[in-house]
Amino acid sequence: MEIITFLIGFPFLAALVLVFMRKQSVLRSILVFLSCALIIAAVIYFAITGMINGQTQSFLPETHNLDLAMAIAEIGLMILVVVYAFRYRKYYVALLSVAQTGLMLWLDFSGEHKVQAAPHILSDKLTIMMCLIIGVIGSLICVYAVGYMKEYHEHHKEYKDRSAMFFALLFVFLGAMFGLVFSNNLIWMYFFWEITSLCSFLLIAYTKTEEAINNAFRALWMNLLGGLGFAVAIVYCVLQLGVSDIRSFVAFGNESALVLVPLALLAFAGLTKSAQLPFSRWLLGAMVAPTPTSALLHSATMVKAGVFLLIRLSPMFHGNIVGMMVTTIGGFTFFATSMLAISQSDAKKVLAYSTISNLGLITACAGIGMHEAVWAGVLLMLFHAVSKSLMFLSVGAVENSLGSRNIEDMHGLIVKLPGLAFLMITGIAGMFLAPFGMLISKWAALKAFVDSDSMLLVVFLVFGSATTLFYWTKWLGKLLAVLHNSARLHSKVGTSQWLSMLVQAFLMIALCILFPIVSTYLVEPFLADMFHSTIPAVISQGNMNIMLIMLFAIVILPIAVRFLTFGKKQKIVMSYMGGANTGDDRHFVDSFGDNREIYLANWYMEDYFSEKKLLKPSILLATAFILILMGIVIGGAL
Amino acid sequence: MEKLAAIVIYLVLAPFIGGLLSGIDRKLSARMQGRKGPPLLQPFYDLLKLFAKQVVVVNHVQDFLVGGFLIFVIFTGCLFFSGGDLLLVFFALTLAGIFFMMSACSANSPYSSMGAQRELLQMMAYEPMVLLVGIGFYMSTGSFAVSDIIKQPTSSIVYLPGFFIGFVYILTIKLRKSPFDLSTSHHAHQEMVKGLTTEISGNILALVELSHWYENVFLLGVVGLFIINSTWWSAIIAVAVCMAVFFLEIFADMVFPRVKWELMLKSTWLVTLGAGVLNMIILNAVR
Repeated sequence: MEIITFLIGFPFLAALVLVFMRKQSVLRSILVFLSCALIIAAVIYFAITGMINGQTQSFLPETHNLDLAMAIAEIGLMILVVVYAFRYRKYYVALLSVAQTGLMLWLDFSGEHKVQAAPHILSDKLTIMMCLIIGVIGSLICVYAVGYMKEYHEHHKEYKDRSAMFFALLFVFLGAMFGLVFSNNLIWMYFFWEITSLCSFLLIAYTKTEEAINNAFRALWMNLLGGLGFAVAIVYCVLQLGVSDIRSFVAFGNESALVLVPLALLAFAGLTKSAQLPFSRWLLGAMVAPTPTSALLHSATMVKAGVFLLIRLSPMFHGNIVGMMVTTIGGFTFFATSMLAISQSDAKKVLAYSTISNLGLITACAGIGMHEAVWAGVLLMLFHAVSKSLMFLSVGAVENSLGSRNIEDMHGLIVKLPGLAFLMITGIAGMFLAPFGMLISKWAALKAFVDSDSMLLVVFLVFGSATTLFYWTKWLGKLLAVLHNSARLHSKVGTSQWLSMLVQAFLMIALCILFPIVSTYLVEPFLADMFHSTIPAVISQGNMNIMLIMLFAIVILPIAVRFLTFGKKQKIVMSYMGGANTGDDRHFVDSFGDNREIYLANWYMEDYFSEKKLLKPSILLATAFILILMGIVIGGAL
Repeated sequence: MEKLAAIVIYLVLAPFIGGLLSGIDRKLSARMQGRKGPPLLQPFYDLLKLFAKQVVVVNHVQDFLVGGFLIFVIFTGCLFFSGGDLLLVFFALTLAGIFFMMSACSANSPYSSMGAQRELLQMMAYEPMVLLVGIGFYMSTGSFAVSDIIKQPTSSIVYLPGFFIGFVYILTIKLRKSPFDLSTSHHAHQEMVKGLTTEISGNILALVELSHWYENVFLLGVVGLFIINSTWWSAIIAVAVCMAVFFLEIFADMVFPRVKWELMLKSTWLVTLGAGVLNMIILNAVR
């Protein structure tokens, strides 16, 4: 229990100290590093002891004083939102916040409700996995942020340096995420849920430009809308079902008609948080923030909170209308946003769409609500956290060195910034290529979809895989172009940033090799506990070995190739350009004998896949679908 | 042991069969155009000559990437003929394809680059159907393993006619036949020089050629998988069907002019939906 208190409490404490360290100083950097090291150490200790004990543990059945403190904190959060809403004249946001906080306060103080006693804190294998993501990846992002923010403010003099608040918020975010994943009590979970919404609002608004403010408010209202759904679900659970904790709620199972309304509302909250269509625009807007924010929102925190809730609820989704809503929205989001990613050249935007797309797949897996599918979903979540964080951080580093984050400008990065290019290649390979992580999970997901007769999902998955392949591979091609006569650029990446990224690249590869262990000791026990069943290994030992052989083959490939071309002297020439290459790989001689510049661009196929063509229809379609299904569920209960 | 034998046979025989197929292809194409055509063994002479030539490269990354293409194509074939998991086979094939595409990207030349983008588009076009084929076999036989699929009492094509049509359709792309030979073509006429392979020459080009032979034998193997069942004579029919499909592809190559990428993408996805997905839905309903 102490370690859990530490994990939740310590980040808040660190934030409290950091917020007062206004000046950029060595002391502050050391403090951030130390806090991160402590959190990582604590998380690893917690994970190891948790794996050895192996039991699901629960704590704190009675928490009157803490509840009171939380109620007060909630009022504080509400006041903060209202103040911001009035300052920027976004009154609807205030309305949303007041409505849900009022609802929760009414529930807290309207006298005794007959609620089944249950522990407030719960720790099982899923919690351990989430803690590892939050603690390790989240902390590494904070480590990276130290160097990045220094560089950022040297580049962007126009923004006020509010990095003290920035670092404090990062730690608050981590603390809130720890709180969220440990909460069994829905009211507690809701409380931490609201903190993450507000935190992301403040982080997105960091630069205080008009765009940042607008995007931040979009993120806020969408997440508050989800929060409102969450709050109504809690009230419904308490009044109608007499439960206020997630375990007892899940125990109702998928057959009871009584649970459909709160289940649909909670699923709705999960969908908003994990930026599924039609709520994807808040995550796309979030990229105006400094890169560590994006990395944190996309990989270790925030969106993972949404899918965490969906995975917790997954046994209830099986075979009912809410499950259908979740799977269809997830599958559709996977496909639609992977097409949208094709038309984007802004690296961060491609990453944003890819996050939404992958979360769609996880959502769909959770919505199936069967053992095999959720297995795939959990693994997708793990792999995605590592690869995506690595991708964001390397894009941030390239942006600081190159002055652009446009993928077109990354042409020849392998020559200009080999180190960063290799990190990026590792990240991209991890996102979609055999035999790396995401692909293994996608494979399992495909099998699970077929086994659960979800033909629509199979169609989404096979077409979505093709479009996913397209946008990643063309990025990869840009990085690998060997542009002769390029000067090595000086990468302005500090030691701490390198450390953070290298550790993540290492983790990604290690996870690919060690994932059978993760599956056996973490994912499987969690699923066996949740579904009360065991299944044979989703991916057989034989196939696992073949994957390892592939991984090995990629590693020894350079040596093998030397062998194939052994004894041949290679003559290097310049590439053919239709006219003679002038020798610098950038110009050719045209038919008039003049030197002309050449520029190689990727395909974006805007006529088919642009935001203009696809985004609005997708959002409309998803909105209509959610409205109709929510209407059926709620109408059926009335 | 059986697996090992299958792998060795594939490793040794595939280049000969692949080269021979290429020879037949050239001969047949020539006859259809009213030419005499080269000798049947010409592809082998070409290959040997390529191996003997001086190596001219535009960078040192390229041979590494082409090597990756060769190794993973061979890996794909070995996995398939030793009875491995069909989805894994297709994933390995995709990886091989990406290595090849990357070799063109690394060349930093307009023609290679253009070829690479087109190749990528072709991959996007055929990938859904390829994955669906794996799923189709799983739905009809209950296993992704090739070794299980060939032990069925009836040929899979009975359950998977739509999948078969879809696969033959995308095979045109995979075999680099007109109307879908956008990224590169084995014919001399090509509006963008040689597309993908513009900057590849000498023994590296030989490796590309060799990879294609391995790949083609594997692809026809997938065609055969639709036919083969537990009876011994199904193998003969399978070979006959493979030859018929191969002839059909050559015929299409001769008859149709190269199309624009839009038409290729749309038509391929439509066929995937209309043949593959429809078959899948029906199969799921009656299963």
